[in-house]
Amino acid sequence: MMNIDPLYNFALLDEDAKRAIRRSLLKAVALPGHLVPFASRDLPIARGWGTGGLQITLALITPNDTLKVIDQGDDESVNAVNLRRLITRTTGIATTVDTAAAAVIQTRHRIPEEPLRDDQILVLQVPMADPLRWVEPNLERATVMHSEADYGKMWVYLYESVMRAGDLRIASQYPVMVNRRYLMDTTPIPRWDVPKLHMAETLYLFGAGREKRIYAIPPYTLVEPLQFEDYPFRTEYRPGQRCARCGAENTFLTTHFVADAHGGRWQATCSDASYCTRRRTQAEAAV
Amino acid sequence: MGYVAVRGGAEAVARAEELVECLRLMGGGTPLHVPQIRDQLRHAVSRAMHEGALYAPLLAALAVKQAEGDSIEAAFLLRAYRTTLPRVMASLPVSGRDMMCLRRISASFKDIPGGQMLGPAADYLIRLLQPALADEDMSAVVRAAERYKALIDIGGQRSGEVGRFPKVADYMRQERMIVDPPPDPAREAPFDITREPLTFPCPRSARLQAMAQADTGSLMSLAYSSVRGYGDAHPTLVELRYGYLPVQVAHPLTGEPITIGEIEATEAEVASKAHSVVNSAEPPRFNVGYGFAFGQSELKVMSMAILDSVLTQARIGSLSGESGPAADEEFVLLHSDGIEASGFVAHFKLPHYVTFEADLRVLDRARAHHATRLGHLVDQALEEQE
Repeated sequence: MMNIDPLYNFALLDEDAKRAIRRSLLKAVALPGHLVPFASRDLPIARGWGTGGLQITLALITPNDTLKVIDQGDDESVNAVNLRRLITRTTGIATTVDTAAAAVIQTRHRIPEEPLRDDQILVLQVPMADPLRWVEPNLERATVMHSEADYGKMWVYLYESVMRAGDLRIASQYPVMVNRRYLMDTTPIPRWDVPKLHMAETLYLFGAGREKRIYAIPPYTLVEPLQFEDYPFRTEYRPGQRCARCGAENTFLTTHFVADAHGGRWQATCSDASYCTRRRTQAEAAV
Repeated sequence: MGYVAVRGGAEAVARAEELVECLRLMGGGTPLHVPQIRDQLRHAVSRAMHEGALYAPLLAALAVKQAEGDSIEAAFLLRAYRTTLPRVMASLPVSGRDMMCLRRISASFKDIPGGQMLGPAADYLIRLLQPALADEDMSAVVRAAERYKALIDIGGQRSGEVGRFPKVADYMRQERMIVDPPPDPAREAPFDITREPLTFPCPRSARLQAMAQADTGSLMSLAYSSVRGYGDAHPTLVELRYGYLPVQVAHPLTGEPITIGEIEATEAEVASKAHSVVNSAEPPRFNVGYGFAFGQSELKVMSMAILDSVLTQARIGSLSGESGPAADEEFVLLHSDGIEASGFVAHFKLPHYVTFEADLRVLDRARAHHATRLGHLVDQALEEQE
């Protein structure tokens, strides 16, 4: 245990704030995919940098939990380091990079490659919250559309994207139907991660701090991406793709520059950094 | 409209000015020294410079002092000074490639040629008040100088040629991910909105100049509206860099480039998710927006770059980004200048009793008309009853 700042309550938020967030979480779990408004508190972190996910994590975490924080799949990404720094400074809890060892995982833009278990919770940071934003920016009208399950405009949006660009032109933040009832924003995870939400063992919690909304996908929930029979949903997977570091052929890859003696080169590696490192360590041990 | 001052106006105005001056010093504290403001209120000074459109750190610090910290007023003072200066010549084009970077980051790729360099980044500060700052003394200044030197020594090892880095946008252009820069217009010097009237449609250089001197908050608000829901901007930060840029002019006789000094500046490029459809024979690429401002002004350049990309998309009729107020070039450029907007909003404090008198007469006529109509209705109803 490290030194906890005595000026602040355990996990920074006061207990009333935590209770209010937990009540919203319970409602969100009871209505999978439904946007539950909550009075998002001000935090010493800028809006848009993970304050929604952070409030959920702070409301859930107990002194005995082990936490993992990732950004773009990477534990060492600066924003992940920073959020972890704030959480540990106000809780003193243990942290890990090992996906399997974490009780709570807070993430931005990725779901870990390793399958998650029923005793784990994944907390996603959410920028936009409402999937209807693209077709109806007015919140009052969008709320009515959700309550009436009136998603016609979204289907027209998808149809138009097929007509104009020849494809379902949505790279990330792919809209899904949850439990055949609510249209839900999956946050800017790549399409690669979308199928992991479907009939999963794990509880997924979504927090949008700036937009002041919480939503959830409880275990074993139907999560179906919007698609047409002749234009099905597809992930980014490319046959023959391979991580340049660990050799994995079935992960989400990102491109980055590697400096070497000849000036450097661009290569594609696993975005889930701890998964990639573990595979390499295992391969080295086997040799 | 010409306004006649109220009786005794000249004297009232003079006393009001004196009162403002007194209030500035009434607290009894030591008067601020201008160099202190320049060094310790860096962001206030930068903001006054880019919104005031004049690179003059010490004058900007003076403006901040005189304006008692009001950012729009400080920029106003600088603009009012700048307009008295002759435009001697235009500098040679300055490229961000020549920046001696203290900071450069990209959100598009995890690692980039030359590496990510956080530098003096405020983004990851945990916003807890630091009571220790309340009573700092000169020993803090000494410690900061020592620590700065040590940090520069650590950071200096990373980059090859002192702080100079390849541009991420150059790589992306080479790989045909993003559009090429638009071809230079035929004109020799860029459009100058302080010398030529801004009419629409306007060249991109006019747009960029207008935004470079616009109010940071206004640009931020418009850019935010476009990324939040009233538009379809979806920007990805290609690169943001902050540092020092040498400024050169051509020697008036020989034409040789001469370095006349350097400016502290921030530059940003964003790629938009929308694909270019400039030429249907070419495969689509991402559009790009550009932002630039004096000082370390990251919010300003990000907002500017987002708006530039949104406006470019709207102009060429690209798939996304055409909706929302932020995609309307006139709306953005004519409402984001802090000096113009603040002036007009504040002008409603001026006497308006002539126009108001006229308004009252119109109100009288409307009331009379209403009364007559009501009278007719009552008469009608009475007749029907009989």
